[in-house]
Amino acid sequence: MANPLNDPLTHAQSRSDDDVILRARGVTVGFGPVLVLKDLDLDVRKREILGFVGGSGTGKSVLMRAILGLTPRRAGDIEVFGVNLRDAGPEERLAVERRWGVLFQQGALFSSLNVRQNIQVPMREHMRMSERLMDELALLKLEMVGLPRSAAEKFPSELSGGMIKRASLARSLALDPELVFLDEPTAGLDPIGAASFDALILKLRETLGLTVYMVTHDLDSLHSICDRVAVLGEKKVLRTGTIEELMRFDNAWVQSYFNGERALRRV
Amino acid sequence: MAFGMAGKRRRKTVMTIHAAQDLPRLSVSGDAQTSRVVAEGPWTIFHSEVLEAALADLAMPHTAKVILDLSRLNGLDTAGAWLLHRLQAELEFHGSRVVVTGLEGSYRALLTEVEQHHPPEWVPERHPLSLVRVLEMTGRQVVEICKDAVAVLHIVGSMVTVLSGVFVRPRCLRLKSVANQFDRSCIGAVPIVMLMSFLIGAIISQQGGFYLKQFGADIYVVDLAGVLVLREIGVILTAIMVAGRSGSAFTAELGSMKMREEIDALHVIGLHVTEVLVIPRLLALILALPVLTFLSDLAALFGAGLVSWLYLDIPPRVFIDLMQVAVSTDTLLVGLVKAPFMALIIGLVACVEGMKVSGSAESLGRHTTLSVVKAIFMVIVVDGLFAIFFSSIGI
Ligand SMILES: Nc1ncnc2c1ncn2[C@@H]1O[C@H](COP(=O)(O)OP(=O)(O)OP(=O)(O)O)[C@@H](O)[C@H]1O
Ligand SMILES: [Mg+2]
Repeated sequence: MANPLNDPLTHAQSRSDDDVILRARGVTVGFGPVLVLKDLDLDVRKREILGFVGGSGTGKSVLMRAILGLTPRRAGDIEVFGVNLRDAGPEERLAVERRWGVLFQQGALFSSLNVRQNIQVPMREHMRMSERLMDELALLKLEMVGLPRSAAEKFPSELSGGMIKRASLARSLALDPELVFLDEPTAGLDPIGAASFDALILKLRETLGLTVYMVTHDLDSLHSICDRVAVLGEKKVLRTGTIEELMRFDNAWVQSYFNGERALRRV
Repeated sequence: MAFGMAGKRRRKTVMTIHAAQDLPRLSVSGDAQTSRVVAEGPWTIFHSEVLEAALADLAMPHTAKVILDLSRLNGLDTAGAWLLHRLQAELEFHGSRVVVTGLEGSYRALLTEVEQHHPPEWVPERHPLSLVRVLEMTGRQVVEICKDAVAVLHIVGSMVTVLSGVFVRPRCLRLKSVANQFDRSCIGAVPIVMLMSFLIGAIISQQGGFYLKQFGADIYVVDLAGVLVLREIGVILTAIMVAGRSGSAFTAELGSMKMREEIDALHVIGLHVTEVLVIPRLLALILALPVLTFLSDLAALFGAGLVSWLYLDIPPRVFIDLMQVAVSTDTLLVGLVKAPFMALIIGLVACVEGMKVSGSAESLGRHTTLSVVKAIFMVIVVDGLFAIFFSSIGI
């Protein structure tokens, strides 16, 4: 593991290149006349848990969607697993897509499939495996994310908000990806549920060697599991570093975020 | 025993991700007391096909002790760990004592994690006997039809309440909303309805003229087109077009609002869904369909007149004179009077179907289809009923 304490406070400048699993350079995204992201640089390193914070509407979800190729970029390059997504052919792109998993802010489970079938979608589409193994793995993933077995046959419309988050995480982990994108995974979970979700992410990192890109507003998650935290503001990544470093960062928003009343009350 | 099944893999792209030459293997060796099962290579989900085949072909050792050697694994994920766990369980089930060796740190953590979540015995899905299913489906459909009838009555009832309450509380009519819906279901439909009717009118007069000309009776084309268009074709075609256009839109709108809990939000704010969403649509449609039918009649007669002129050499003046003899205001009214009823049916079917949408995208699609199919069917049935009615009162 990289020791985050030794990192320079400036973002993007990493020490060794093969350590970087995701590299974004000069990313610019806009809708109509408005630019949401401008000239943004970002590095995500192997096996780290990177927390992403920023005020509402600063473009965290948009950046995630831009990396995933769901929102078109005006400019910039994004390199994942050493593949530049701009000039990757369909085959290469597919290969990359199989190595990442995504948890959308709203869950995005397929509404006409039950939870078990939802988890099996990536397996069914990308792998050739027996029905039996698929069922067993789906139940395994279900339990690993902390859902009861009875949830397997439920449809998304019959799940609670927290259950949707978990089921969706289980689907994103279906192929044991190397990189997962989580958009506010603990929003809407009870504190105990959120803590066990955090523990789960840590455990998955230990066992599967996962790299986690996590958008979150949960100060507890940021403190307890994130190796580094990136702050998004003014259309770019203002700074990345450990929480301690960010607490010393002289920016009004960051200061009120990490040293504000809510942040202090938790200790 | 070694299994390299590279030739069998049909999806080439899977292999491009992980080193292609590196396939997982499973082999057994040993003597009478102790056998050694060695798992090698990457045990990951990308190789699940090879792994499953290897496990299926494995000759289960029946010795008292089995050493499961995992030291030569160079990749393990949950799928691989699960398969190893399953293998271990099967060996134990055969009465062997299994000793796992050579497990590295992170692999051990993964295997321990998997062991904690033992899925239940796998049972393939079963479908109930077909006869039972047929009976069950029939029963469900009967119940469904009864529920539909109640829902329709409920909507009609609330509409009557709202309309009678207009004098006391004019606001509950929601004129703005009605106007908005009218704009979408009437004004928006004018071009397509008129174009379609124009073509149909032209076709009727061309086809009719072709046969009537053989008897020298081509001027009867005017009677044919006039009566057919005004009494039947105009209103039916318009109703079918509106069912496909506005009916499906109503169902999809209400259905997706239902899916996203917007309907529930209306409820908790204390609004009546029928009053806010359904009745404006119904009223707009009831106003729109007669207007559209009238325009459709005009367009169809224009098409008929044009073809009569160009193809049958009946000049427009003569066409109009003959038309005045052939049809009366009653003929027009017979068609127009049906329009509001058909609008009511289309709107009711569409809204009832929309409210029946449940959580999934699939159900939205199903109910939208059903709404259009049911509405068109009902329109034709009602037209038949009207035909019987008019003939019995002698119009
Ligand atoms: N499809 C779109 N069209 C136009 N503007 C958009 C679109 N998607 C997002 N935006 C705008 O981009 C900005 C960033 O949105 P984004 O969803 O990324 O916010 P966020 O940082 O994820 O906020 P939150 O923490 O509330 O989830 C917002 O101002 C939003 O209005
Ligand atoms: Mg967001």
